Formats: sequence, structure tokens, C-alpha cells
Amino acid sequence: MQNDRDIIHIESLYKSFGDFRVLDGLDLSLERDRVNIIIGRSGGGKSVLIKHIIGLLKPDSGRILVRGEDIVPLNEGEMARVRKEFGMLFQEAALFDSLNVHENVAFPLHEHTTKSYSEINEVVQAKLAAVGLQGMDKKMPAELSGGMRKRVGLARALALEPKIVLFDEPTSGLDPVMAAAINELIQRTRQEFGATCIVISHDIDATMKIADNISMLYEGKIIARGSPAEIRENSDPVVRQFIRGEAQGPIKVN
Amino acid sequence: MVLLLQALSWLVRPPFRIRLYFKQMEFIGVNSLFVVALTSLFTGMVLALQTFYAFSMFGAETLVGATVALSMTRELGPVITGLMVTGRAGSAICAEIGTMRVTEQVDALTVMAINPVQYLVLPRIVAGVIMLPLLTIISDAMGILGGYLVGVQLLDIHGGMFMNKIQEHVTLADVYNGLIKASVFGGILTLVGCYKGFYTRGGAEGVGRSTTQAVVMSSVLILVSDYFLTALMF
Repeated sequence: MQNDRDIIHIESLYKSFGDFRVLDGLDLSLERDRVNIIIGRSGGGKSVLIKHIIGLLKPDSGRILVRGEDIVPLNEGEMARVRKEFGMLFQEAALFDSLNVHENVAFPLHEHTTKSYSEINEVVQAKLAAVGLQGMDKKMPAELSGGMRKRVGLARALALEPKIVLFDEPTSGLDPVMAAAINELIQRTRQEFGATCIVISHDIDATMKIADNISMLYEGKIIARGSPAEIRENSDPVVRQFIRGEAQGPIKVN
Repeated sequence: MVLLLQALSWLVRPPFRIRLYFKQMEFIGVNSLFVVALTSLFTGMVLALQTFYAFSMFGAETLVGATVALSMTRELGPVITGLMVTGRAGSAICAEIGTMRVTEQVDALTVMAINPVQYLVLPRIVAGVIMLPLLTIISDAMGILGGYLVGVQLLDIHGGMFMNKIQEHVTLADVYNGLIKASVFGGILTLVGCYKGFYTRGGAEGVGRSTTQAVVMSSVLILVSDYFLTALMF
């Protein structure tokens, strides 16, 4: 059932690529103004799920309600309207190579607002300061480290002050200090910008620290959902194996 | 094909991003100027050399100029320009869009509610259709110049006769039919480059593969469509 706290509600979502069923009747609710983390194995359909939420992929069947509106039947033009409420941080940041840091962050502002150059500049400086990258305006993406690229990507995702921010594996490939910094930024995104955060991750330690609620995706379904404490107490052997990071158990390594 | 129709449908819809069009026109047109001029010059020169050899067998050396001019305007100008720009810009278009695809930059555009066909594909196709005829004019002129250099300076054909025969035999229709061809080639090479880039899969290797395919496919399509356009127009 959908309740008022849910900003996104997904019902019996099915998606196959060829014979390979990735999402198998998935049900999921994500709460407004919370850090919602979806955990699961690499290649387990987490990215596919997040691409459904933002409409980059269409499901074979099922419903995806964003603030009560089913986005599955929407065409590209209508989808563009819904997407303006979203920001997304891609796994490799997906900065535009041909633009420098300032232009990357300013890009959505130029496209979607009628702000003047000086107003846009103010917003860009504020967002770059929020992610701790003041003075990096003129750098090109190729000159930045992985962690810096992700922070620029986050600044760009936040530029239009979205209601919902999606994070695709925000800490993968980063050193522990940078990963911790990014995790802190996720929490600040919720607190300072009042955005709902949806994170997909397989980083259990960080998830336990920053999540308000956790959903575990396994074999195309959500098999467990709850607060970090509830997930830790979960008796399902699959969940236990995953959060403890054990090689032996019901999850087969192949 | 679907991509072309999609792109065309976005042509008339706002927002219009004029700067993107000029940027692509500069990239496809201005930056290809030198290589097109150079190759056309030598094509005109070799053409003069070869036709002089053949025509001197029956004493028609003065027609070398007209032959070079007709070959360049009707055929070689557009085709050389098309093939050179395919190699220079068509490949770059494909590699750039392909890289943007595999690094999720195309998805990032979509997520920012910007249509990637409108933003990436359309300006390139428009730039190709506009710039190729302009480059072809340069190519025609350089080819004839090359023919003049070899024919008049090197092989001692009378300069006045050389130019006179060109005026006599080359009509305006020869030139602008050539330019229409060039426009079609410009559409082909940018569309193929964008299409192959847009549907790239599989990382760096995939980008390399689709770039090769784009160049081969554009070149083949240019030469095949050249035959049909010629049969249709002349």
C-alpha cells in the first residue's frame, strides 16, 4: 500500500533482457526526506532498478509511482517534466568532457532556468562550496581525481535543487577517506537541501551508518526492508550472509 | 532512419541552441578546409596530367581545362570533400558521441531533461548539410587551379584557351548539381556518424568498432548515392 510518507512507490516490476530476468516482480517503497539505501550484489539489478526510477528504461510490466503519478506510460516529453524534479549522480560521475567544472555545474541552469549569468555564477559557486571544491572552476574533468569528479557530479545534480537525488554506487572505486567524505555529503544533501536521497550501494559499513532505511535487492525482488538495526537483526540467511560479507551461505558465488 | 526523423522533428521545436550549430559548423567546415583544399589541388593536378596524356593522342590538349573543370564540379569535388570530411569529422563525431554514450554522458543529458537527439545529433546533421557545399566550392576552385598549374605552367597549354574552353563547356547547372550532391553527402556522413555513436555498446573497444563502421558505411553510402544522384540529375 502506498502511504503519505512514500515519495516513490513501485509495484510488481518485471524486466527481462532476452531470457535473463533482472527484476522479478519487485515491490519497493522509498520514503520522503530520508536516505533510502538499496543494497544488493554487483550485477544484481540495482542499476537497472535506478534507471527505471528515472525512466531511462521501461519495465516489461508493473507500476512506478513518483509522488503518486505513474511514470511508466509517460512519453519522453512528459518524462522530461518529471525528471526536472530529479538529480542523479552517476557511477563514473558522467561529467561532460568538453566542459570545465564551472560549465558542467552551470549546464542544467542554463538549460532550464532564465537566470542571468551572474545569478548562475552565484549558484555554481554555492554548490561547489557545498561539495568542498571552491576555486576548481576552470579545471577540466580529465584533470580531476575520481572523488573530485563525483563531487562535481553531485554539485551538478543539486544545481536545480531537485526533490529527489539518486546516487549510483557513490563510493565505489574511492579510497576510504574519500568514501567517508562522499557519505557525509549524502547526509548533508538531505539535511541542507531537503532532498530525498536514493542510494544504491554494496558498501555495508557506510550503509549502516548513513541510511534511514535499507532495502535489500536479491534475485529481482526486495527480500528485506527496515532500519539499519532491523536489517542487522534480520534472520533471513541471505540477508545475514550479505551484511556479514561471508563467502559461504545461500548466495552462490559464480 | 528513425534517428533522422527524430532529429528533423526536433528541428522546429524550441529551445534553439544557435551556438551549438555554429560550433559544429566550425568543426565540420572550417577545420576541414585545409585538408580539402590540399587534396583537391593535387586531384586537379593529376587529372590534368592524365587527360593531357590521353588528349595529346588526337591533338585536343586545349580541352584539358574543360575536362578538369567538369570532372571537379560534377563529380570529384563533392566526392573528395565527402570522403575527406568523413575521415576527419565523421569519425570524430562517432567517437565523441560513442564515448559520451559509454561513459553515461548521454544518459546524464536525458536525466537533466535534455533530449540528446536534439542536443547532440541535430546540430551536427545541420552543420554537415550546410558546410559540405561550401567546402565543395573551395574544392572545385582548388581542383581547377591545380589543373591550370599543371596544364598551363608545366605542359604549355595556352592559358587563354584553357580558360576559354572551361567557360564554353561548363554550365552553372554542373556546379550547383554538384553542390546538391555535396549537401546529401554532408547529411549522410553526419547522420551515420551520429547513429553509430549513439548506439555504441561495450566500452573503449565498442567506440573503436563503431567509429570504423561509421567511416566504412559513410564512404560506401556516399559512393553508392553518388551514382544514383548523378543518374537522376544529369
